[in-house]
Amino acid sequence: MIASSKFKLLIFILLSLFTVNHSFANEHAVEGTNHQEEKEFNVGEMIMHHIKDAHEWHLWGGHDNSVSIYLPVIIFDGGMKTFSSSYFYHGKHKTVFDESKKEEVDYYEGVGPAEGYALFHEKIYKLEDGQIHLAGEHPHNEKVNDFSITKNVMSLFFGAILILLIMGSMAKFYKKNGAVSPKGVAKFLEPIVLMVRDDIAKSNIDKHKYHKYVPYLLTIFFFIWFNNLLGLVPFLPGGANLTGNISVTLFLAVCTLLVTVFSGNKNYWSHIFATPGVPVVLLPIMIPIEVVGILTKPFALMIRLFANITAGHIIILALISIIFINKNVAWGGLSVPMALFISVLELLVAFLQAFLFALLSALFIGAAVEEAHH
Amino acid sequence: MYGSIAAIGAGLAVLGAGLGIGRIGGSAMDAIARQPEASGKITTTMIIAAALIEGVALFGVVVGLLGGAK
Amino acid sequence: MDLILPDFGLLFWTALVFICLLFVLTKFIWKPILSAVNEREQKIAESLELAEKTKEEMKALQAANENLLKEARAERDAIVKDAKETATKMVEEAKQAAKTEADKLMASARQAIETEKGAAIAELKTQVAAFSLEIAEKVVRGELSSNDKQKALAEKLAGDINLN
Repeated sequence: MIASSKFKLLIFILLSLFTVNHSFANEHAVEGTNHQEEKEFNVGEMIMHHIKDAHEWHLWGGHDNSVSIYLPVIIFDGGMKTFSSSYFYHGKHKTVFDESKKEEVDYYEGVGPAEGYALFHEKIYKLEDGQIHLAGEHPHNEKVNDFSITKNVMSLFFGAILILLIMGSMAKFYKKNGAVSPKGVAKFLEPIVLMVRDDIAKSNIDKHKYHKYVPYLLTIFFFIWFNNLLGLVPFLPGGANLTGNISVTLFLAVCTLLVTVFSGNKNYWSHIFATPGVPVVLLPIMIPIEVVGILTKPFALMIRLFANITAGHIIILALISIIFINKNVAWGGLSVPMALFISVLELLVAFLQAFLFALLSALFIGAAVEEAHH
Repeated sequence: MYGSIAAIGAGLAVLGAGLGIGRIGGSAMDAIARQPEASGKITTTMIIAAALIEGVALFGVVVGLLGGAK
Repeated sequence: MDLILPDFGLLFWTALVFICLLFVLTKFIWKPILSAVNEREQKIAESLELAEKTKEEMKALQAANENLLKEARAERDAIVKDAKETATKMVEEAKQAAKTEADKLMASARQAIETEKGAAIAELKTQVAAFSLEIAEKVVRGELSSNDKQKALAEKLAGDINLN
């Protein structure tokens, strides 16, 4: 059993497309706490709720007196339907019995324009006979195409606006003053722009070709960095786990993959399909390895960014949770300094991961455009 | 039960990565001590190597987490 | 599991936002920033080169100045020496000329004096001769005015002749 499920997971890792009947969400993150307490405060559930996407932006409060911003839901189900997510959150609270876990699971049934849909673990399903039917942990109801402006999408917009504002003011400075020594925002950001250009692009990509890739590397670096930092802000414009979301990192990794593949020259492809110095007999083994190698590099990029940022969020939330697990403010004396320390460390990680993503992208691109020198 | 085993797996992955990155860091220190003028290049190479090891370790952690989910 | 399954809605929005961002940033932001930075770097490099060149030029100029100064000094020295020589020569010449002139004058003066002297002597001689003749005539007339006297004289003369 274990072996077959592990095997399935490995396949998942390689293809990242399989649906396996596991739920990460219900993992009990703190194994040691006793069950009575867990019912009142489930750390694992709280953390998972925070690092996953949501259709509302929770501001403060809990249960009945929580204050949230309800974000617009956009679904495609025989035509586009848009409505506020409050039709779910303020709709009917229902529960369904999970046979596999032997416990009741909450979900929201939509009212008004959301009639006929249900929000189950932040995913929108179509109701069948007015209810959700579980198969294992997941509903086997039909999923609808959900293009909602979720918390992460909002965060994405905030991040993009922030980049445009800050970088725009920097660009404006240069447009206004010409080639002078920088001041203000430009003074702070110019060394970083130059670092991306010199340390990332120039030192890894051929001297005559790196110019073409600098805008891409700059964009990817600042996109990741700003969104990482935004994710560390615990209140409104931030707090979403955007760069720790696999969809985002998947897209970024695919971008790097496409740039690498489309800028690959003859030398690059010949190294993959006819590695010099390798006997012809070995080529049937080498070619698949090389081809898988093309994919694993961006795959590692995807997993690295996702795991680092998500892990950071989990650690900070877990440390803060110490107070709530022990139900004693005095534990704040331990958990707050530790969370502060990790937060500061996360500032470094936010930069380091953006740097690494750009650096490794440059490295892959550099390998793809390298000319033969033997 | 699976969760505990997964936690051990994740721990082992972290252990390996820690050893690997520690060695890289130590060697980089040695190299910088020997050639302080090449410290910039050594640092970049060190970060790349550390990132590659870390990537493998993260695979381990993610697989561990997935195992723990059952 | 949901955690590591890509969500197509978010994937779509990410793609949209990222591609728009890439386009806008590349076109309107990275371009001016990078070109400004490049321009400035070029400017700095050029300025440094120029400074170096100017320094070299200054050095060359200084050397040239030094040379010029040296030449000028040498020329001045030569000129001064020349002038001194010329002056000396001129003085010498003037002296010579003056001397010659003076000599000439002296010679001519001497000659004139000599001539005058000759003339004076000649006239004096003539006059003395005339006076002598006159005196001699008068004396002779006196001596020879009586017989006694003529006799006494003749005796005296005869006595003189005897003495001799």
